[in-house]
Amino acid sequence: MIVGGGVIGLSIAWRAAQQGMRVVIADPAPGQGATHAAAGMLTPIAEAAYAEREIFALGQQSLLRYPAFAAELEQAAGLPTGFRQAGTLQVAYDSDDLAVLEELRALQDSFGAATCQLTARECREAEPMLDPSIRGGLLASDDGSLDPRLLATALLRAATTAGAWHVPQQVAEILTEPVTSAEVGASGPGAAGAGTNAAGADPGLGRASGVRFADGSELAAPAVVLAAGWESAGFAGLPAGCAPPVRPVKGQILRLRSTATMTAAGLPPGLLRRTVRGIVRGSSVYLVPRESGELVVGATQEELGADATVTAGGVWGLLRDARALVPGITELALAEVVAGLRPGTPDNAPLLGPAALPGLVLATGHFRAGVLLAPVTADTISRYLVTGQSDPLWAAFRPDRFPSAGARPRQRAATTQQAATQGAATQGAAR
Amino acid sequence: MDDPLLIAGESFNSRLIMGTGGMPSLDVLDRALVASGTELTTVAMRRLDPAAAGSVLDLLAARGIRALPNTAGCYTANEAVRVAKLAREALGTDWVKLEVIADERTLLPDPLELLTAAEQLVADGFVVLPYTNDDPVLARRLEQAGCSAVMPLGSPIGSGLGIRNTHNIELIVESAGVPVILDAGIGTASDAAIAMELGCAAVLLATSVTRARDPELMAEAMRLGVAGGRLAYHAGRITRRRYAQASSPPAS
Repeated sequence: MIVGGGVIGLSIAWRAAQQGMRVVIADPAPGQGATHAAAGMLTPIAEAAYAEREIFALGQQSLLRYPAFAAELEQAAGLPTGFRQAGTLQVAYDSDDLAVLEELRALQDSFGAATCQLTARECREAEPMLDPSIRGGLLASDDGSLDPRLLATALLRAATTAGAWHVPQQVAEILTEPVTSAEVGASGPGAAGAGTNAAGADPGLGRASGVRFADGSELAAPAVVLAAGWESAGFAGLPAGCAPPVRPVKGQILRLRSTATMTAAGLPPGLLRRTVRGIVRGSSVYLVPRESGELVVGATQEELGADATVTAGGVWGLLRDARALVPGITELALAEVVAGLRPGTPDNAPLLGPAALPGLVLATGHFRAGVLLAPVTADTISRYLVTGQSDPLWAAFRPDRFPSAGARPRQRAATTQQAATQGAATQGAAR
Repeated sequence: MDDPLLIAGESFNSRLIMGTGGMPSLDVLDRALVASGTELTTVAMRRLDPAAAGSVLDLLAARGIRALPNTAGCYTANEAVRVAKLAREALGTDWVKLEVIADERTLLPDPLELLTAAEQLVADGFVVLPYTNDDPVLARRLEQAGCSAVMPLGSPIGSGLGIRNTHNIELIVESAGVPVILDAGIGTASDAAIAMELGCAAVLLATSVTRARDPELMAEAMRLGVAGGRLAYHAGRITRRRYAQASSPPAS
C-alpha cells in the first residue's frame, strides 16, 4: 500500500510491481503535489551544501541510475520523460557572488565532485544569451534534467501496466492492529517480513495494517509506504512519535514559453542549452530549459506552512534575478506561475526505511530533491518491501534519527553542558 | 559576574541576540542557537507563518528562547507598522525589532521612515528596538521618541565588514540612556568582541553564523567573543603608549 502518488510514490509502485508485488497506490490526484511544481533539475553538485555530504552522495548515486531508469521507464510506459543530460552551468553575477561561487567550488572539490571552472567569456560561449556582466562560472557536465510532469504521467502508466492498482482516493487514516509477543522480532522474506522488521519496536504500538480512505472504505495491507510528501506527517492513526518530522516549505516557480511571433519567425525554441543556476546579488535563481522551448524559472523557499499562494513579491524576485542573468527572458510569454510545497525535514535530508511502527515504511522528506532521488528511493524501498533488507545507502537517512529535540546527541563536548541545561525545557516538546 | 542585559525591564543573561535568516536547515539552526547561548532571537514576520508546525517558532519555544519579531523587508514606515501589528497579533508580543530599509542593494536603514515608524509604534504601546545607522544624532532622536534600545549597524547587513566607524559607535554609547545593541556587519568573533569593548550592551548577528562553514562552531565563537568583550569592557583597557613599558620593573 503506497500512500501518495508523487514521483516518489509512483516510482516505488512501478519498481515494486515490476518485482511481482501486489501494489496499491492511493492518491486522488497523482503528480499534482510538489511534483507538479518541481523544475526537474538533476544536479546534486550544484545543490551541494556544507554538512550535507550524505545528501550529495545519495544524489550522485541516484543521478548515476537516472539514464537507465529513464530509458527503461520510457520504454515501459511508451511515454517521454524529457530526460536529458546537458549539464548545469552555475554563474556569478557580481564580484561578491563570484566569491560565493568560489567557496562552492572548494566545497564541491572537497566532496570529490568534478566541476569545470569557466571564465566569463567561456560562460557566454557556452550560453550566448547570458548577460555580459556575468563574472564567471562552474560547469557540471554530467548533470541532467527532465520534466517532472511527464515523469509522473509515465510512472503512473508504467506502474499500472506492471500491475499496480491506482486508487484515486485520499487516505484519511493509517490503520493499525495489535501484535502478539510471538510476532515481535519475527522476520522473514516478503512484505510480511518488512512488516515486522523495525528493530526494537515497541510491541504496544501494534503494526500498520492498512488504510482507511476518505469515503470510509478500508483496505488491508501488510506494508504501508508513506510517500505523501509534506502531508505525510498529518495522517490520523499514526501513533505518537511515529509521524515523520516533515513540514511544508513553499516554492514558487514560473514557466516561460516562446510566443507565437517567435515561432512564426522561425527562431529556435529556447534561450538556453542547459540548466543555468545563478547567484545574483546574494540570491539564488535557476533556469531550466526544456526541449519544447519552455523555460522553468525557480524558486522561492518560504516557511509559510501549508500556504500555496502565488505572491507578487515571489514572482518579482524570480523575474528580477532571472532577467539579470538572461535579459532575453522578458520577451517570453509568462505561461504559468505555481507554488508547490516541498516536504522539508529538520536536516533537509529524506526519511528512508522502516518507521518505528512495524509495517510502516517511510519514503518522504525529500525536500528539494524528490525528482533527483526518485530512482535510488524506488530501487531501495522496493527491494526492502520484497526482501526485508534495509539498504546501506539509508544509513544517514533513518527515520529514527530525530530523537526528541532535547535528547539530540551533541557533536562537541564544549557545548554539552548547555545542551543539558536547555534540554530540561524541551522535554515533551512536540516535534 | 552577575551582569544581566536589561531591555524594557526584562532581564537576559546572554548578550548575544541571534537572527534566524539564511540558516541551511532547521537542524543546523537549532544547534547553532544552542551553541550561541542566546535567549533572544529575531524572526522575520514576513517570512514565516506563526501557525505552521515545525517552524522556527516551535524550535525557539522548545529551546526556551524568546522570539523577537522584526519588520525585515519593509521600505516604508506604514508597511513596518502594519507588519509590527501583525506580529503582535500572531505572537502575542509587543516587542518589535524595527527595520525600515532604503534599498535592497545596501539594506541601509531609511532614517526618516525609521523615525516615523518608531514614533507611531511607541505611541501604540510597542517596545521598539530600531535597527539604525551608526549616526549618533539619529540614535538620540530614536531614544527621545521612546525606543527601548538603539541598534546601530557596524556595516551593511550580511557584509561581514565589521565595525567601520568605531568612533560613532562610541559616541552613541556615550550619550545613550537605553541599551545600544550593535546590529549588522559582524564578520567574525573579534568583531563581536570589539562591539562589546566599545560599550555596547549586546550584539545582534545572523549571517556571520548562518553562512559560516560550521554555523554551530561559529555560534560558540560568537558567544565567547561577546562574553570576552564584555569582561574586557568592565576590566578597562590600558592606555595606549607610544613606547614599550616593561611589565616587570627593571632590576636595579
